[in-house]
Amino acid sequence: MNNFAYVRANSVEDAVSRASQDSNVMYIAGGTNLVDRMKGFLDEPSQLVDVSRLAMKKIERTQEGGLKIGALVTNTDLAGCAEVRSNYPMLSRSILAGASQQIRNMATVGGNLMQRTRCPYYYDTAFACNKRQPNTGCPAATGINRTHAILGASESCVAVNPSDMCVALAALDAEVKVRGVAGERQIPFVDFHRLPGNTPNRDTNLEPGELITAVILPPVSFAKSGVYLKLRDRASYAFALISVAAALELSGEQIKNARVALGGVAHKPWRATEAEEFLKGKRADKSTFSQAAEIALKDAKPLAHNQFKVKLSKRAISRALSVSARGGGVV
Amino acid sequence: MIRLKINGQLQTLNVEPRVTLLDALRENLGLTGSKKGCDRGQCGACTVLIDGQRVYSCLTLAIMQEGKEITTIEGLATGDNLHPVQAAFIDNDGFQCGYCTPGQICASVALLDEVKNGSVSYVTPDLTSAPQLASLSEAEIKERLSGNLCRCSAYNGIVAAVQQASGQNPPSPAASNLGTEVS
Repeated sequence: MNNFAYVRANSVEDAVSRASQDSNVMYIAGGTNLVDRMKGFLDEPSQLVDVSRLAMKKIERTQEGGLKIGALVTNTDLAGCAEVRSNYPMLSRSILAGASQQIRNMATVGGNLMQRTRCPYYYDTAFACNKRQPNTGCPAATGINRTHAILGASESCVAVNPSDMCVALAALDAEVKVRGVAGERQIPFVDFHRLPGNTPNRDTNLEPGELITAVILPPVSFAKSGVYLKLRDRASYAFALISVAAALELSGEQIKNARVALGGVAHKPWRATEAEEFLKGKRADKSTFSQAAEIALKDAKPLAHNQFKVKLSKRAISRALSVSARGGGVV
Repeated sequence: MIRLKINGQLQTLNVEPRVTLLDALRENLGLTGSKKGCDRGQCGACTVLIDGQRVYSCLTLAIMQEGKEITTIEGLATGDNLHPVQAAFIDNDGFQCGYCTPGQICASVALLDEVKNGSVSYVTPDLTSAPQLASLSEAEIKERLSGNLCRCSAYNGIVAAVQQASGQNPPSPAASNLGTEVS
Protein backbone atom coordinates (compact mmCIF):
# COMPACT_ATOMS: atom_id res chain seq x y z
CA MET A 1 0.00 0.00 0.00
CA ASN A 2 1.02 3.63 -0.41
CA ASN A 3 2.30 5.44 2.64
CA PHE A 4 0.23 8.01 4.52
CA ALA A 5 0.42 10.27 7.53
CA TYR A 6 -1.03 8.84 10.75
CA VAL A 7 -2.59 10.76 13.61
CA ARG A 8 -4.43 9.56 16.67
CA ALA A 9 -7.55 11.63 17.30
CA ASN A 10 -7.93 12.76 20.90
CA SER A 11 -11.63 13.63 20.69
CA VAL A 12 -14.58 13.32 18.33
CA GLU A 13 -14.31 17.06 17.60
CA ASP A 14 -10.60 16.71 16.83
CA ALA A 15 -11.27 13.78 14.47
CA VAL A 16 -14.09 15.55 12.64
CA SER A 17 -12.15 18.76 12.21
CA ARG A 18 -9.15 16.89 10.75
CA ALA A 19 -11.27 14.84 8.32
CA SER A 20 -13.36 17.81 7.21
CA GLN A 21 -10.36 19.82 6.01
CA ASP A 22 -9.22 17.40 3.32
CA SER A 23 -11.12 14.84 1.26
CA ASN A 24 -8.07 12.56 1.19
CA VAL A 25 -8.24 12.03 4.95
CA MET A 26 -9.94 8.84 6.12
CA TYR A 27 -10.95 7.50 9.51
CA ILE A 28 -9.64 4.16 10.69
CA ALA A 29 -10.90 2.07 13.64
CA GLY A 30 -10.83 -1.74 13.34
CA GLY A 31 -9.31 -1.46 9.88
CA THR A 32 -10.42 -4.93 8.78
CA ASN A 33 -11.88 -3.64 5.51
CA LEU A 34 -9.91 -0.41 5.03
CA VAL A 35 -6.43 -1.97 5.43
CA ASP A 36 -7.45 -4.65 2.94
CA ARG A 37 -8.66 -2.01 0.47
CA MET A 38 -5.49 0.03 0.91
CA LYS A 39 -3.41 -3.06 0.14
CA GLY A 40 -5.32 -3.35 -3.14
CA PHE A 41 -4.85 0.38 -3.90
CA LEU A 42 -8.63 0.86 -3.83
CA ASP A 43 -8.18 3.61 -1.24
CA GLU A 44 -5.09 5.79 -1.12
CA PRO A 45 -5.61 8.24 1.74
CA SER A 46 -3.06 10.96 2.39
CA GLN A 47 -3.76 10.73 6.11
CA LEU A 48 -5.43 8.24 8.44
CA VAL A 49 -7.15 9.59 11.53
CA ASP A 50 -7.16 6.79 14.09
CA VAL A 51 -10.42 7.06 16.02
CA SER A 52 -10.07 3.65 17.70
CA ARG A 53 -9.15 5.08 21.13
CA LEU A 54 -12.10 7.47 21.40
CA ALA A 55 -14.71 6.90 24.11
CA MET A 56 -17.46 5.33 21.99
CA LYS A 57 -17.23 1.77 23.28
CA LYS A 58 -20.30 1.48 25.49
CA ILE A 59 -23.68 -0.14 25.04
CA GLU A 60 -26.20 1.82 27.09
CA ARG A 61 -29.94 1.67 27.68
CA THR A 62 -31.90 4.54 26.17
CA GLN A 63 -34.79 6.30 27.92
CA GLU A 64 -37.15 4.76 25.37
CA GLY A 65 -36.07 1.27 26.44
CA GLY A 66 -33.80 0.56 23.49
CA LEU A 67 -30.02 0.53 23.25
CA LYS A 68 -27.42 3.10 22.28
CA ILE A 69 -24.47 1.24 20.78
CA GLY A 70 -21.21 3.20 20.61
CA ALA A 71 -19.65 3.24 17.13
CA LEU A 72 -16.47 1.60 18.47
CA VAL A 73 -18.18 -1.36 20.14
CA THR A 74 -16.61 -4.39 18.48
CA ASN A 75 -18.76 -6.82 16.53
CA THR A 76 -17.82 -9.46 19.12
CA ASP A 77 -18.94 -7.32 22.04
CA LEU A 78 -22.24 -6.39 20.39
CA ALA A 79 -23.05 -9.98 19.41
CA GLY A 80 -22.13 -11.16 22.90
CA CYS A 81 -24.00 -8.48 24.87
CA ALA A 82 -26.48 -10.30 27.14
CA GLU A 83 -29.28 -7.88 26.36
CA VAL A 84 -28.78 -8.20 22.59
CA ARG A 85 -28.62 -12.00 22.84
CA SER A 86 -31.92 -12.21 24.63
CA ASN A 87 -33.88 -9.25 23.25
CA TYR A 88 -32.51 -8.84 19.72
CA PRO A 89 -31.30 -12.37 18.81
CA MET A 90 -31.55 -11.57 15.07
CA LEU A 91 -28.85 -8.93 15.58
CA SER A 92 -26.57 -11.27 17.54
CA ARG A 93 -26.93 -14.02 14.99
CA SER A 94 -26.42 -11.74 12.01
CA ILE A 95 -23.11 -10.57 13.48
CA LEU A 96 -22.05 -14.12 14.41
CA ALA A 97 -22.87 -15.20 10.84
CA GLY A 98 -20.39 -12.67 9.47
CA ALA A 99 -16.62 -12.95 8.97
CA SER A 100 -14.56 -14.90 11.52
CA GLN A 101 -13.91 -14.50 15.24
CA GLN A 102 -10.59 -12.78 14.47
CA ILE A 103 -12.28 -10.17 12.29
CA ARG A 104 -15.25 -9.69 14.63
CA ASN A 105 -12.79 -9.01 17.47
CA MET A 106 -11.30 -6.08 15.56
CA ALA A 107 -14.23 -4.84 13.47
CA THR A 108 -16.40 -2.07 14.93
CA VAL A 109 -20.08 -1.26 14.55
CA GLY A 110 -19.30 2.01 12.74
CA GLY A 111 -16.85 0.25 10.44
CA ASN A 112 -19.35 -2.47 9.64
CA LEU A 113 -21.70 0.23 8.30
CA MET A 114 -18.86 1.68 6.22
CA GLN A 115 -17.53 -1.53 4.65
CA ARG A 116 -17.66 -1.60 0.88
CA THR A 117 -18.82 -4.19 -1.60
CA ARG A 118 -16.78 -7.34 -2.29
CA CYS A 119 -17.67 -7.20 -6.02
CA PRO A 120 -14.60 -8.83 -7.61
CA TYR A 121 -14.52 -6.20 -10.37
CA TYR A 122 -14.46 -3.40 -7.81
CA TYR A 123 -11.61 -5.22 -6.05
CA ASP A 124 -9.50 -5.70 -9.19
CA THR A 125 -7.93 -2.49 -10.43
CA ALA A 126 -7.25 -4.12 -13.81
CA PHE A 127 -10.99 -3.69 -14.49
CA ALA A 128 -13.06 -0.55 -14.92
CA CYS A 129 -15.53 0.16 -12.13
CA ASN A 130 -17.99 3.02 -11.73
CA LYS A 131 -17.79 2.66 -7.96
CA ARG A 132 -14.01 2.98 -7.91
CA GLN A 133 -13.81 5.57 -10.66
CA PRO A 134 -17.05 7.19 -11.87
CA ASN A 135 -18.03 6.89 -15.53
CA THR A 136 -15.52 4.17 -16.42
CA GLY A 137 -18.09 1.38 -16.84
CA CYS A 138 -19.39 -1.73 -15.08
CA PRO A 139 -17.84 -5.00 -16.28
CA ALA A 140 -19.91 -6.93 -13.71
CA ALA A 141 -23.18 -6.15 -15.52
CA THR A 142 -22.06 -8.23 -18.49
CA GLY A 143 -19.40 -10.35 -16.76
CA ILE A 144 -19.56 -13.04 -14.11
CA ASN A 145 -22.36 -11.73 -11.92
CA ARG A 146 -23.43 -14.74 -9.88
CA THR A 147 -23.03 -12.87 -6.55
CA HIS A 148 -24.53 -9.57 -7.68
CA ALA A 149 -27.75 -7.63 -7.16
CA ILE A 150 -31.25 -8.67 -8.13
CA LEU A 151 -33.04 -5.65 -6.65
CA GLY A 152 -32.54 -1.89 -6.95
CA ALA A 153 -29.48 -2.07 -9.21
CA SER A 154 -28.73 0.39 -12.03
CA GLU A 155 -26.88 0.35 -15.31
CA SER A 156 -23.95 1.90 -13.47
CA CYS A 157 -23.58 -0.69 -10.74
CA VAL A 158 -24.86 -4.17 -9.81
CA ALA A 159 -22.78 -4.58 -6.63
CA VAL A 160 -24.28 -5.69 -3.30
CA ASN A 161 -23.68 -4.49 0.23
CA PRO A 162 -21.74 -7.25 2.02
CA SER A 163 -22.85 -6.69 5.62
CA ASP A 164 -24.88 -9.16 7.68
CA MET A 165 -25.24 -6.92 10.74
CA CYS A 166 -26.75 -4.13 8.64
CA VAL A 167 -29.56 -6.42 7.45
CA ALA A 168 -30.69 -6.93 11.04
CA LEU A 169 -30.25 -3.23 11.87
CA ALA A 170 -32.46 -2.33 8.88
CA ALA A 171 -35.13 -4.79 10.04
CA LEU A 172 -34.99 -3.40 13.58
CA ASP A 173 -35.50 0.26 12.48
CA ALA A 174 -32.18 1.36 13.95
CA GLU A 175 -30.90 4.91 13.56
CA VAL A 176 -27.36 6.09 12.94
CA LYS A 177 -25.98 8.96 15.00
CA VAL A 178 -23.33 10.98 13.18
CA ARG A 179 -21.20 14.03 13.96
CA GLY A 180 -19.92 16.53 11.41
CA VAL A 181 -18.53 20.06 11.54
CA ALA A 182 -22.12 21.33 11.33
CA GLY A 183 -23.12 19.33 14.41
CA GLU A 184 -24.92 16.09 15.17
CA ARG A 185 -27.73 14.37 13.27
CA GLN A 186 -29.53 11.05 13.31
CA ILE A 187 -30.21 9.08 10.12
CA PRO A 188 -32.86 6.33 9.89
CA PHE A 189 -31.02 3.11 9.05
CA VAL A 190 -32.87 2.51 5.79
CA ASP A 191 -31.74 5.95 4.59
CA PHE A 192 -28.11 5.50 5.59
CA HIS A 193 -27.01 3.39 2.63
CA ARG A 194 -27.83 4.35 -0.95
CA LEU A 195 -28.97 2.61 -4.09
CA PRO A 196 -26.37 2.97 -6.85
CA GLY A 197 -28.32 5.11 -9.37
CA ASN A 198 -25.70 6.94 -11.39
CA THR A 199 -23.48 7.67 -8.38
CA PRO A 200 -22.37 4.20 -7.20
CA ASN A 201 -19.17 5.78 -5.89
CA ARG A 202 -21.29 6.94 -2.92
CA ASP A 203 -22.30 4.05 -0.67
CA THR A 204 -23.86 6.15 2.09
CA ASN A 205 -25.54 9.47 2.72
CA LEU A 206 -22.78 10.65 5.05
CA GLU A 207 -21.46 14.12 4.25
CA PRO A 208 -17.69 14.58 3.86
CA GLY A 209 -15.98 14.44 7.26
CA GLU A 210 -19.00 13.07 9.14
CA LEU A 211 -18.16 10.43 11.75
CA ILE A 212 -20.54 7.74 12.99
CA THR A 213 -20.72 8.01 16.78
CA ALA A 214 -23.46 5.51 17.67
CA VAL A 215 -26.26 3.28 16.46
CA ILE A 216 -29.60 3.62 18.25
CA LEU A 217 -31.77 0.53 18.58
CA PRO A 218 -35.40 1.25 19.41
CA PRO A 219 -37.31 -1.16 21.65
CA VAL A 220 -39.04 -3.77 19.45
CA SER A 221 -41.45 -5.81 21.54
CA PHE A 222 -41.42 -8.83 19.23
CA ALA A 223 -37.71 -8.79 18.38
CA LYS A 224 -37.25 -11.86 20.63
CA SER A 225 -38.78 -13.92 17.82
CA GLY A 226 -36.24 -12.53 15.36
CA VAL A 227 -34.15 -14.84 13.21
CA TYR A 228 -31.29 -14.49 10.75
CA LEU A 229 -30.83 -16.95 7.91
CA LYS A 230 -27.68 -16.73 5.84
CA LEU A 231 -27.07 -18.83 2.73
CA ARG A 232 -23.58 -19.00 1.25
CA ASP A 233 -21.19 -21.13 -0.79
CA ARG A 234 -19.55 -22.68 2.28
CA ALA A 235 -20.92 -23.22 5.76
CA SER A 236 -18.88 -20.53 7.50
CA TYR A 237 -16.59 -17.58 6.85
CA ALA A 238 -18.10 -16.56 3.52
CA PHE A 239 -20.18 -13.62 2.37
CA ALA A 240 -23.90 -14.18 1.91
CA LEU A 241 -25.31 -15.18 -1.42
CA ILE A 242 -28.55 -14.05 0.15
CA SER A 243 -29.68 -13.60 3.73
CA VAL A 244 -32.92 -12.85 5.56
CA ALA A 245 -33.63 -11.10 8.85
CA ALA A 246 -37.21 -11.68 9.96
CA ALA A 247 -39.41 -11.26 13.02
CA LEU A 248 -43.12 -11.78 13.60
CA GLU A 249 -45.53 -10.58 16.24
CA LEU A 250 -48.43 -12.97 16.60
CA SER A 251 -51.79 -12.81 18.29
CA GLY A 252 -52.81 -16.44 18.36
CA GLU A 253 -52.56 -17.56 14.73
CA GLN A 254 -52.81 -14.04 13.39
CA ILE A 255 -49.86 -11.84 12.41
CA LYS A 256 -49.96 -8.44 14.10
CA ASN A 257 -46.61 -7.15 12.91
CA ALA A 258 -43.74 -8.30 10.72
CA ARG A 259 -40.20 -7.34 9.82
CA VAL A 260 -38.40 -8.68 6.77
CA ALA A 261 -35.05 -7.50 5.42
CA LEU A 262 -32.76 -9.09 2.85
CA GLY A 263 -28.99 -9.12 2.42
CA GLY A 264 -26.90 -10.00 -0.62
CA VAL A 265 -29.60 -8.84 -3.03
CA ALA A 266 -29.01 -5.10 -3.39
CA HIS A 267 -26.61 -2.18 -3.03
CA LYS A 268 -28.06 -1.61 0.45
CA PRO A 269 -29.75 -3.76 3.10
CA TRP A 270 -33.15 -4.38 1.51
CA ARG A 271 -36.19 -3.82 3.70
CA ALA A 272 -39.22 -5.64 2.25
CA THR A 273 -41.87 -3.19 3.49
CA GLU A 274 -44.58 -4.22 1.03
CA ALA A 275 -44.27 -7.83 2.16
CA GLU A 276 -44.42 -6.71 5.79
CA GLU A 277 -47.68 -4.79 5.13
CA PHE A 278 -49.15 -7.83 3.37
CA LEU A 279 -48.37 -10.06 6.36
CA LYS A 280 -50.27 -7.89 8.85
CA GLY A 281 -53.61 -9.44 9.80
CA LYS A 282 -52.98 -12.67 7.89
CA ARG A 283 -52.88 -16.18 9.29
CA ALA A 284 -49.31 -17.26 10.14
CA ASP A 285 -49.03 -20.23 7.80
CA LYS A 286 -46.97 -21.50 4.91
CA SER A 287 -49.24 -20.11 2.23
CA THR A 288 -49.13 -16.61 3.74
CA PHE A 289 -45.36 -16.75 4.02
CA SER A 290 -44.83 -17.81 0.42
CA GLN A 291 -47.21 -15.10 -0.81
CA ALA A 292 -45.22 -12.54 1.19
CA ALA A 293 -42.02 -13.89 -0.36
CA GLU A 294 -43.51 -13.46 -3.87
CA ILE A 295 -44.33 -9.84 -3.05
CA ALA A 296 -40.83 -9.19 -1.68
CA LEU A 297 -39.23 -10.41 -4.91
CA LYS A 298 -41.79 -9.20 -7.45
CA ASP A 299 -39.49 -6.46 -8.78
CA ALA A 300 -36.43 -8.69 -8.97
CA LYS A 301 -34.32 -8.25 -12.11
CA PRO A 302 -31.77 -11.03 -12.11
CA LEU A 303 -28.63 -10.90 -14.23
CA ALA A 304 -27.18 -13.63 -16.43
CA HIS A 305 -25.70 -15.71 -13.60
CA ASN A 306 -27.76 -14.94 -10.50
CA GLN A 307 -31.29 -16.02 -11.41
CA PHE A 308 -31.03 -18.63 -8.66
CA LYS A 309 -31.06 -15.83 -6.09
CA VAL A 310 -34.73 -15.07 -6.76
CA LYS A 311 -36.01 -18.52 -5.84
CA LEU A 312 -33.44 -18.88 -3.07
CA SER A 313 -34.59 -15.58 -1.52
CA LYS A 314 -38.26 -16.55 -1.68
CA ARG A 315 -37.66 -19.89 0.00
CA ALA A 316 -35.39 -18.31 2.60
CA ILE A 317 -38.05 -15.72 3.47
CA SER A 318 -40.68 -18.47 3.93
CA ARG A 319 -38.35 -20.52 6.09
CA ALA A 320 -37.23 -17.56 8.22
CA LEU A 321 -40.84 -16.49 8.80
CA SER A 322 -41.86 -20.06 9.73
CA VAL A 323 -39.11 -20.28 12.35
CA SER A 324 -39.92 -16.83 13.70
CA ALA A 325 -43.60 -17.86 13.99
CA ARG A 326 -42.45 -20.71 16.26
CA GLY A 327 -40.64 -18.20 18.48
CA GLY A 328 -37.25 -18.00 16.76
CA GLY A 329 -33.91 -19.78 17.23
CA VAL A 330 -31.60 -21.38 14.68
CA VAL A 331 -33.14 -21.24 11.21
CA MET B 1 9.53 5.24 16.44
CA ILE B 2 6.83 3.07 17.94
CA ARG B 3 6.83 0.88 21.03
CA LEU B 4 5.13 -2.51 21.06
CA LYS B 5 4.81 -4.97 23.93
CA ILE B 6 5.32 -8.42 22.46
CA ASN B 7 5.39 -11.61 24.51
CA GLY B 8 5.97 -9.52 27.62
CA GLN B 9 8.88 -7.55 26.21
CA LEU B 10 8.80 -3.90 25.21
CA GLN B 11 10.25 -3.43 21.72
CA THR B 12 11.11 -0.17 19.97
CA LEU B 13 10.75 -0.17 16.18
CA ASN B 14 11.33 2.31 13.43
CA VAL B 15 8.50 1.56 10.99
CA GLU B 16 6.30 3.57 8.62
CA PRO B 17 2.59 3.89 9.43
CA ARG B 18 1.73 1.54 6.54
CA VAL B 19 3.58 -1.42 8.09
CA THR B 20 1.20 -4.10 9.30
CA LEU B 21 1.66 -5.80 12.65
CA LEU B 22 2.47 -9.02 10.76
CA ASP B 23 5.28 -7.40 8.78
CA ALA B 24 6.64 -5.68 11.90
CA LEU B 25 6.76 -9.04 13.69
CA ARG B 26 8.38 -10.92 10.84
CA GLU B 27 10.60 -8.34 9.16
CA ASN B 28 11.58 -6.05 12.03
CA LEU B 29 11.58 -8.32 15.05
CA GLY B 30 12.51 -11.68 13.53
CA LEU B 31 9.40 -13.32 14.98
CA THR B 32 8.66 -15.48 11.95
CA GLY B 33 6.32 -17.88 13.73
CA SER B 34 3.30 -15.86 12.57
CA LYS B 35 2.89 -16.77 8.93
CA LYS B 36 1.95 -14.71 5.89
CA GLY B 37 -0.48 -16.82 3.89
CA CYS B 38 -2.89 -14.57 2.01
CA ASP B 39 -1.96 -11.24 3.65
CA ARG B 40 -5.62 -10.22 3.10
CA GLY B 41 -7.44 -11.56 6.17
CA GLN B 42 -8.76 -14.69 4.49
CA CYS B 43 -6.56 -17.55 5.74
CA GLY B 44 -5.79 -17.04 9.44
CA ALA B 45 -2.09 -18.02 9.29
CA CYS B 46 -1.11 -14.65 10.81
CA THR B 47 -3.39 -14.99 13.87
CA VAL B 48 -1.93 -13.49 17.08
CA LEU B 49 -3.47 -12.43 20.38
CA ILE B 50 -3.92 -8.76 21.26
CA ASP B 51 -4.97 -8.18 24.88
CA GLY B 52 -5.94 -11.87 24.89
CA GLN B 53 -8.18 -11.64 21.81
CA ARG B 54 -7.31 -13.34 18.54
CA VAL B 55 -6.86 -11.07 15.53
CA TYR B 56 -5.35 -11.21 12.05
CA SER B 57 -2.01 -9.40 12.33
CA CYS B 58 -2.04 -8.77 8.55
CA LEU B 59 -5.14 -6.57 8.83
CA THR B 60 -3.92 -4.17 11.49
CA LEU B 61 -1.24 -1.52 11.40
CA ALA B 62 1.61 -1.95 13.88
CA ILE B 63 1.37 1.70 14.88
CA MET B 64 -2.25 1.19 16.02
CA GLN B 65 -1.23 -1.47 18.54
CA GLU B 66 1.01 0.65 20.77
CA GLY B 67 0.28 -0.01 24.45
CA LYS B 68 -1.44 -3.37 23.79
CA GLU B 69 -0.26 -6.79 25.01
CA ILE B 70 0.63 -8.79 21.90
CA THR B 71 1.18 -12.54 22.16
CA THR B 72 2.54 -14.55 19.24
CA ILE B 73 3.10 -18.28 18.86
CA GLU B 74 6.63 -17.70 20.23
CA GLY B 75 5.14 -16.48 23.50
CA LEU B 76 2.88 -19.44 24.33
CA ALA B 77 5.33 -22.00 25.72
CA THR B 78 6.99 -21.62 29.12
CA GLY B 79 10.64 -22.38 28.43
CA ASP B 80 10.73 -25.93 27.10
CA ASN B 81 7.23 -26.67 28.39
CA LEU B 82 4.72 -26.50 25.58
CA HIS B 83 1.40 -24.74 26.03
CA PRO B 84 -1.30 -27.43 26.49
CA VAL B 85 -2.78 -26.50 23.11
CA GLN B 86 0.61 -26.94 21.40
CA ALA B 87 0.96 -30.36 23.05
CA ALA B 88 -2.57 -31.28 21.98
CA PHE B 89 -1.79 -30.45 18.33
CA ILE B 90 1.20 -32.83 18.47
CA ASP B 91 -0.76 -35.56 20.27
CA ASN B 92 -3.55 -35.46 17.69
CA ASP B 93 -1.66 -34.86 14.44
CA GLY B 94 -3.27 -31.42 14.11
CA PHE B 95 -1.15 -30.49 11.10
CA GLN B 96 0.66 -31.77 8.07
CA CYS B 97 2.90 -29.15 6.44
CA GLY B 98 2.69 -26.90 9.51
CA TYR B 99 2.32 -23.56 7.77
CA CYS B 100 -1.11 -22.74 9.19
CA THR B 101 -0.28 -24.25 12.59
CA PRO B 102 0.90 -21.15 14.51
CA GLY B 103 -2.33 -19.41 13.51
CA GLN B 104 -4.43 -22.48 14.30
CA ILE B 105 -2.83 -22.77 17.74
CA CYS B 106 -3.19 -19.08 18.62
CA ALA B 107 -6.83 -19.22 17.44
CA SER B 108 -7.46 -22.36 19.51
CA VAL B 109 -5.93 -20.82 22.65
CA ALA B 110 -8.31 -17.87 22.26
CA LEU B 111 -11.23 -20.19 21.46
CA LEU B 112 -10.84 -21.97 24.81
CA ASP B 113 -10.81 -18.64 26.66
CA GLU B 114 -13.88 -17.45 24.76
CA VAL B 115 -15.83 -20.57 25.71
CA LYS B 116 -14.71 -20.23 29.34
CA ASN B 117 -16.07 -16.68 29.24
CA GLY B 118 -19.48 -17.80 27.98
CA SER B 119 -19.30 -16.81 24.32
CA VAL B 120 -21.87 -18.03 21.80
CA SER B 121 -21.52 -18.75 18.08
CA TYR B 122 -23.71 -18.76 14.97
CA VAL B 123 -24.49 -22.47 15.58
CA THR B 124 -25.31 -22.17 19.29
CA PRO B 125 -28.95 -23.34 19.52
CA ASP B 126 -29.95 -20.97 22.34
CA LEU B 127 -28.09 -17.66 22.54
CA THR B 128 -29.01 -17.28 26.22
CA SER B 129 -27.30 -20.58 27.09
CA ALA B 130 -23.61 -20.65 26.14
CA PRO B 131 -21.92 -24.04 25.65
CA GLN B 132 -19.40 -25.36 28.20
CA LEU B 133 -15.92 -26.64 27.33
CA ALA B 134 -16.70 -30.19 28.47
CA SER B 135 -19.65 -30.44 26.07
CA LEU B 136 -18.42 -28.17 23.27
CA SER B 137 -19.65 -29.91 20.11
CA GLU B 138 -17.68 -30.61 16.96
CA ALA B 139 -20.01 -28.24 15.10
CA GLU B 140 -19.15 -25.48 17.60
CA ILE B 141 -15.40 -26.11 17.25
CA LYS B 142 -15.57 -26.06 13.45
CA GLU B 143 -17.66 -22.88 13.37
CA ARG B 144 -15.39 -21.14 15.88
CA LEU B 145 -12.23 -22.09 13.94
CA SER B 146 -13.61 -21.26 10.48
CA GLY B 147 -11.32 -18.25 10.24
CA ASN B 148 -8.27 -20.52 9.95
CA LEU B 149 -7.79 -22.49 6.76
CA CYS B 150 -5.63 -25.61 6.46
CA ARG B 151 -4.86 -26.50 2.85
CA CYS B 152 -3.48 -29.90 3.91
CA SER B 153 -6.94 -30.38 5.40
CA ALA B 154 -5.72 -31.61 8.78
CA TYR B 155 -9.06 -30.51 10.20
CA ASN B 156 -9.88 -33.81 11.92
CA GLY B 157 -6.66 -33.59 13.93
CA ILE B 158 -7.19 -29.91 14.66
CA VAL B 159 -10.70 -30.54 16.00
CA ALA B 160 -9.35 -33.45 18.06
CA ALA B 161 -6.60 -31.21 19.47
CA VAL B 162 -9.18 -28.65 20.58
CA GLN B 163 -11.30 -31.43 22.09
CA GLN B 164 -8.29 -32.66 24.09
CA ALA B 165 -7.42 -29.14 25.24
CA SER B 166 -11.09 -28.73 26.26
CA GLY B 167 -10.78 -31.72 28.59
CA GLN B 168 -12.71 -34.01 26.27
CA ASN B 169 -11.57 -37.41 24.98
CA PRO B 170 -10.87 -37.05 21.27
CA PRO B 171 -10.78 -40.13 19.05
CA SER B 172 -7.27 -41.60 18.78
CA PRO B 173 -5.44 -40.49 15.61
CA ALA B 174 -4.77 -44.19 14.93
CA ALA B 175 -8.53 -44.70 14.67
CA SER B 176 -8.84 -42.42 11.66
CA ASN B 177 -11.47 -43.09 9.04
CA LEU B 178 -8.76 -44.33 6.65
CA GLY B 179 -9.44 -47.93 7.73
CA THR B 180 -13.12 -47.76 6.88
CA GLU B 181 -12.40 -46.08 3.55
CA VAL B 182 -9.96 -48.82 2.53
CA SER B 183 -12.24 -51.68 3.53
